[in-house]
Amino acid sequence: MSLQLLNVVLADDDEDDRVLFKEAMDEIRVRTKLSLFENGQELMDFLLLPNILLPQVVFLDLNMPLKNGMQCLKEIRGHKRLDSLSVAIYSTSSSEKDIEETFINGANIYINKPNNFSMLKEAIEKVLQINWQYHTSNLDKSNFLLRL
Amino acid sequence: MKIHLKYDFNLVCKTILQQQLEHLNLPYHIHGIGEVELERDLTPDEREQLGTSLGQYGIEIIDDKKNALVQRIKDTITDMIYSDGNAKNYKVSSYLAEKLDYSYVYLSNIFSEATYSSIENFVILKKIDLAKQLIIENTLTLTEIAYQLNYSSVAHLSYQFKKTTGLTPSTFQKIIEKRKFNSAERTTTFTSNK
Repeated sequence: MSLQLLNVVLADDDEDDRVLFKEAMDEIRVRTKLSLFENGQELMDFLLLPNILLPQVVFLDLNMPLKNGMQCLKEIRGHKRLDSLSVAIYSTSSSEKDIEETFINGANIYINKPNNFSMLKEAIEKVLQINWQYHTSNLDKSNFLLRL
Repeated sequence: MKIHLKYDFNLVCKTILQQQLEHLNLPYHIHGIGEVELERDLTPDEREQLGTSLGQYGIEIIDDKKNALVQRIKDTITDMIYSDGNAKNYKVSSYLAEKLDYSYVYLSNIFSEATYSSIENFVILKKIDLAKQLIIENTLTLTEIAYQLNYSSVAHLSYQFKKTTGLTPSTFQKIIEKRKFNSAERTTTFTSNK
């Protein structure tokens, strides 16, 4: 197995969803370090700290108090230092309009929250695998779009 | 005005390598893709200088042998898809085995260990990446793109595109166009209220 750790963060105000996500991450074979945040404001405060090790992927719920996922996405895309982050929207909404709008504003990945645990595991694993390739290969990141 | 560019990555990299190695006065031979032989051992200082000067161009010296081989596998696949006209007659497995001089089974194990993915998946990802580029350039039809990337039909390309990205080629194209428009708007008027 590769020794490189993949840094991942999730911002989601629903505690059950956070717990499930963490359990799914623990069971997949990619080696990861996961940090959890309860809303968009907490996440942005963290990302904007100087000298932190930035994550490779940020999973964002859309509906959150204080700062929602769309606001976070726009802020991340407006920051030069955060430009290399892959942003995955992780939401219950399957409206085509939401999906299109997040992609247009710079999201790389859109995942509908799956309704069972094994599908969640599969989705996370797929995202991390493809994201890993984008980070370590000559693939064009500006065209990285994935809908699950 | 907007112009579109096509690069020959191998030539670009080789030229940069030559310039930098000559600049540091290091005697060298460039062996194909991603491998340079130096005629003598480097002092730690020279090694660091070389690392920094190549680093400016996003070129990294790989220390670990397995990772180096994985990188060569990726580079060879890229080369096969982007520039080798003869490659169409080969299967990926025999092409890699011949170019890198290892058995395909060995290459495939090393690759999976290091990337959590397979060579086959990487080939698909890389082909779809080029398809995206060609779709955005908008000078070829999807049928022509399918032919250039060696798909048996446009349906096969569309299917693999959708399977890999979750989007159809036309949805992808629409999103990228709107995204460009969106960021152009943001930079000219500084408004982002939608």
